[in-house]
Amino acid sequence: MAALVEVIGSRIDLRNHARAKLTLRGVSRDFVASKGKLVAVHEIDLEVREGEFICIVGPSGCGKSTLLNLIAGLDRPTRGEILLDGRPVNGPGVDRILLFQEHGLFPWLTVRENVEFGLRMKGVPRKERQERARHYLRLVHLTHFENSYAHQLSGGMKQRVSLARSLAMEPALLLMDEPFAALDAQTRDMLHEELERIWAETRKTIVFITHNVREAVRLGDRVVLMTFRPGRIKLDLPIILPRPRPMDDPEVAVAATSVLALLREEIEKAMLEELQQ
Amino acid sequence: MKKTFRLVCFYAGLVLLWDALYKLRIWPPYVFPSPGEVLTALRQGFVDHTFWIGLAVSLKRVLAGYAISVVVGVVLGFLIASSSLIADTLGSLVMSLQSLPSICWLPLAVLWFGLSEKAIVFVVIMGSLLAVTMDTSLGIRHIPTIYLMAGRNLGARGHRMFFHVLVPASLPHLVSGLKHGWAFAWRSLISGEMIFVSLGLGQLLIMGRDLNDMSQVIAVMFLIMAIGYVVDRVIFDRLEHRMQAKWGLAQTA
Repeated sequence: MAALVEVIGSRIDLRNHARAKLTLRGVSRDFVASKGKLVAVHEIDLEVREGEFICIVGPSGCGKSTLLNLIAGLDRPTRGEILLDGRPVNGPGVDRILLFQEHGLFPWLTVRENVEFGLRMKGVPRKERQERARHYLRLVHLTHFENSYAHQLSGGMKQRVSLARSLAMEPALLLMDEPFAALDAQTRDMLHEELERIWAETRKTIVFITHNVREAVRLGDRVVLMTFRPGRIKLDLPIILPRPRPMDDPEVAVAATSVLALLREEIEKAMLEELQQ
Repeated sequence: MKKTFRLVCFYAGLVLLWDALYKLRIWPPYVFPSPGEVLTALRQGFVDHTFWIGLAVSLKRVLAGYAISVVVGVVLGFLIASSSLIADTLGSLVMSLQSLPSICWLPLAVLWFGLSEKAIVFVVIMGSLLAVTMDTSLGIRHIPTIYLMAGRNLGARGHRMFFHVLVPASLPHLVSGLKHGWAFAWRSLISGEMIFVSLGLGQLLIMGRDLNDMSQVIAVMFLIMAIGYVVDRVIFDRLEHRMQAKWGLAQTA
């Protein structure tokens, strides 16, 4: 099943051969551990096209967050190179904005001030800053909360503010590290719809990390499955189902099941290794 | 309401107990004055202006010392938090000096500055500076990493990172540092004044002892307590509560 989808996928690859936004070539990252070298990610080759929404899934400890940090420039690869628009990535930059699971909103600022923060750091004049912040708050439907503080909002609303804050930077690449993992199912479903709509409106390139296969299939143009330690790409599966795709859609379920079977193997490997320690 | 009622009952009981002990005459009245006598001494002190003068002088000294402590302490705290070299050197010095009661500085202060206002202000600074320094550096080290990551991610660097992320994020600790600093400053001042300096509340306390006037001693003690309490509860607690409410940390209060 997976193989079949892959064949169809590769044909689509040929058809819309858009410009590569992000290219990873032979990217590896080793860490020095107590019992020797720990290879977090190994020889990753990945290409993300402009405007593409890719989801990376894998068991915990597969190095998906490491990979995202490398793309964000918060960490450097041991080997290999990362190119954004053909230029090598050196250190963090505001063209790649990370969204964390913990929203990371500043509690001393109002919602709008939070959204303005990055623009303020850039030195954008107050007036323009406010307009842009309002624009993105409108996009996430939080116009009425611009003067609230983060603690007055629900978990889902905080994550939407965080999204608006990232979008306000107008980054080339939006990197999302399990942004909805801490939310309840209904809120998450709502945010999926919202993210999909915003993605369609802004045509941002998104790299989205999750351990939830259905979420990946629900959102991604492609689902990339990573192996457990060392993190390699096990599967790169284009999802060609029409959007929007509800989480409980049977076709989403079928696609998810095939990925899940492969993910299970990796989770078992991870559990086995943990037992041996 | 219930709390106020309890408080009133408790303190009324305490005063009654005090009065009862006085009436039992276990100790002679010049050693153990009655509540009424202390109240009279308190009123008398304000009427003949000695308490007003003492209060003004003490407050002037504590404010001067405290202001310097806050400015220098916050800067030192940020320095200690910003580099492990400074933390290992200056930080450890601050830590060890903090175990020294500030009054120990008085002999040196008198040698350096003479029997002057400078000497007493110096003692106040040595009392409160270290507390402000420690709490400031603690505040910065306890900033949740997520704020630093978010700040860096959104392009905050250098002085912008400092003023827009580090300072506001360490504010809760900073305020408690200011509060601790105040408490230490006030205590240091009074002990310093009791030893040598003219005027001031500490001096009034010693004067009461020299004149064998225990009513005055106790009256001045009440005054010292009242100032410390009012500043702590009224100013700093309000500041803390307002900030915590804004930050959404008030649930614990």
